[in-house]
Amino acid sequence: MNGIHDMGGLHGFGRVVPELNEPVFHARWEGRVFAMTQLLDKTGIYNLDEHRHEIELMEPPDYLRDGYYGRWLFAMESILHRKRILLRAELQTRLAEIAPDVEKRTPPSKSDRHWPLSPTEKILWGAWRREAKITPRFAVGAEVRVRNWQPPGHTRLPAYLRGKHGEVAMVNAQAWVWPDTRAHNRGENLQAVYNVSFAGREVWGEDADPEMLLAVDLSEAYLDPVE
Amino acid sequence: MPYPEHKSSSDGHEGQTHEHEHNVERPWQAVRTEAIESLLNELGIIESAKVDDVVRHYEEKVGPRTGARVVAKAWVNPDFKARLLANGLAACAELGIGGPETELLHVVENTPTLHNVVVCTLCSCYPWPILGLPPAWYKSSAYRSRVIREPRTVLSEMGLTLAEDVTIKVWDSISEIRYLVLPERPAGTDGMSEADLAELITRDAMIGVAKIPSPVE
Repeated sequence: MNGIHDMGGLHGFGRVVPELNEPVFHARWEGRVFAMTQLLDKTGIYNLDEHRHEIELMEPPDYLRDGYYGRWLFAMESILHRKRILLRAELQTRLAEIAPDVEKRTPPSKSDRHWPLSPTEKILWGAWRREAKITPRFAVGAEVRVRNWQPPGHTRLPAYLRGKHGEVAMVNAQAWVWPDTRAHNRGENLQAVYNVSFAGREVWGEDADPEMLLAVDLSEAYLDPVE
Repeated sequence: MPYPEHKSSSDGHEGQTHEHEHNVERPWQAVRTEAIESLLNELGIIESAKVDDVVRHYEEKVGPRTGARVVAKAWVNPDFKARLLANGLAACAELGIGGPETELLHVVENTPTLHNVVVCTLCSCYPWPILGLPPAWYKSSAYRSRVIREPRTVLSEMGLTLAEDVTIKVWDSISEIRYLVLPERPAGTDGMSEADLAELITRDAMIGVAKIPSPVE
């Protein structure tokens, strides 16, 4: 989707500001959100690209304001609600009870929860299917043009590369799951991923740095051959 | 899809807290996180003790010292370096290094004429098992938007000035393949042990936003 998450090349964000002696997590809740997501990865409830896409669905001002782990918190809550694992109504009840002067804890209800999952419902988190064989369409050195692909759902094709001309530098001939369909649980579409090299001026125009190259990993479905 | 009741999208900017909406001690994210964790724990979907373990692992066990061991070994052992450049994950596994969020690792080598730098413009993909979790600046809008378009300027602002004839290659790591920059070994380190070399190697050099200065200069 054409969203605020697709930041490559945007103007206006100012200087990069490194932080001295930065902690791994800046607040306890950040570590909890991170770790809970790692554990949810193993439950079969959702996959990596659903997590990423849920973040993309945030309203742009929220995306910019909430920070990295704030986005993860949003995604976790939103996906768990949508999949009827943990409903927002239950969460609202618990939030009200967390106030310092309240002792009561309403237990989660038993009804209408999509948990536990049956084995056939479980979704794999990872990105590469080792058991499958694929035949790459392009070889190292092939000239390719990036498709003008603008799906409303998830994609790992950044906007700044659409229509650009590049050269295949590496062929990752493993059976990679295609994020564009996996994010919506519409199939794995196993395919090669290519590292494609682009000249800076091809991507950013004639005022760009003449001595820069971009090297970007792109699924086969994002590429057309240049005859 | 707006985020529910506790705030609207017009009530602040990045970096501001929203403490006024709950209480003055705790940001709303902390309260919300506690509520979700307690419910998931009661439902048996995750265990809080395991959450503790994961937090501790990433706070204490994983970090750029791991990557520094890999780079130092590559500097002193040409055979290992060749294996590392050919198959990063397999070479790291020789040192007992591996873990989630890195399905394939490409190690890219800096030279006097080619400088590599890594970003993820779409989220913040990063080789967790090798470098730990990414620093805030790597996840910032400024880094994600700019280093892919004007790397020489961004690197210069971050303290790394590269000559105009040095090619800069920016790796946008938006697939499941992760990247580690193999920095140049600095002058004046010929007699140093692998362990002492590892002490010189910084996270920023392995992302590609710094070089490793010579210890004798």
